[in-house]
Amino acid sequence: MDITRRRLLVLLPAAAVAWKYVLAGTPELSPNYKLTEHWWTMLIDIPKCIGCGSCVRACAEENDVPDGFYRTWIERYHVADWRLERPEVESPNGGKQGFPPNQDAGGKNFFVPKLCNHCADSPCTQVCPVGATFVTPDGVVLVDKNYCLGCRYCVQACPYGCRFINPRTKTAEKCSLCYHRINKGLTTACCEVCPTGARQLADLKNPKDPIHEFLRTHSVQVLKPHMATGAKVFYNGMDGSVR
Amino acid sequence: MIALFAFVILRAAVVPASFGQYGHYRGAAIAETAARPIAFAGHDACEACHTDVVEQKKQGRHVVIACEACHGPLAKHADDPSSVTPPKLDTAILCARCHEANSAKPKGFPQVVTADHSGGIACDTCHQPHRPKIQTSTNETKTETKAEVEKKTEGKK
Repeated sequence: MDITRRRLLVLLPAAAVAWKYVLAGTPELSPNYKLTEHWWTMLIDIPKCIGCGSCVRACAEENDVPDGFYRTWIERYHVADWRLERPEVESPNGGKQGFPPNQDAGGKNFFVPKLCNHCADSPCTQVCPVGATFVTPDGVVLVDKNYCLGCRYCVQACPYGCRFINPRTKTAEKCSLCYHRINKGLTTACCEVCPTGARQLADLKNPKDPIHEFLRTHSVQVLKPHMATGAKVFYNGMDGSVR
Repeated sequence: MIALFAFVILRAAVVPASFGQYGHYRGAAIAETAARPIAFAGHDACEACHTDVVEQKKQGRHVVIACEACHGPLAKHADDPSSVTPPKLDTAILCARCHEANSAKPKGFPQVVTADHSGGIACDTCHQPHRPKIQTSTNETKTETKAEVEKKTEGKK
């Protein structure tokens, strides 16, 4: 085939595009970590939570979360006997320094840790106009802070209020399920420091994970199931008043 | 034809190289997130060196608690134990975070009203945090009276 000037002009840009993809290569994850062999989730055992705030502090330290913003937080519920559908919920400073002592006013009192539910059909990823937030092949919802515009669509779309705009980077931020840790075979910072084992990281694709036994033998719920988000943070012993 | 090539060239210039690798997002973002450094080393890293503390913890109910739950993030200490040392902890604040009485805590969890229980004295005056149950020389459990504690902590307040 003769290389004419016209053909050369056509071929050069095409070759340039192809070369760019070759240079991009494959992103490097930890050795032996295969994206398709995991499906991460978290199990929260509400009757075990003591509201100490260790998880909130650990999350802030591990992920450099600015003061006043929370990737995970704890809520204290007080459900009066006569007002089951209207619980009193408080979360002073996200429960970061624990909760002040309170008097037992009867009814039901308990703590509920909250975090991103890493939904399989998450509304936040669907509304992102640029594809800066996404569900990874191993089931974690992440934010690409180098690509995020900071438009706040995802902050409004999350039915669980798990997202915020980081005042330093001006981009959306949320729980990453400590992706940089689980990728290296460690557990998340919040699960690492939880003194009572109220939070457990689980891998639904690992047949040896104790979560399968737990899900078989306990009544487990997710938050706002009517939203059909495919929420993957499972709550054991959750009261019907929890929103 | 020219429009098509113009489109190909512009698209290549604007769209990141790894976009679409796994889905409608930048595939390289996964590895970028995974590459961040860790702050908490994990209890396996602590147990590799501090075997004496591990043995102590096995004798009490704090055996299930990870070291960094109280001592804070110490991945830097695990990397370089000589130059980075853990800070000294104030047990009067630290212990109360878990054990201060609160109606929302599970009923079976050990909790005290610290003002009545110790009157603000640091918890490690009587309790050994790694093995918190107070023990006598005969290794039997003993509950000290408030008068005994006050005598023991005279001048420490």
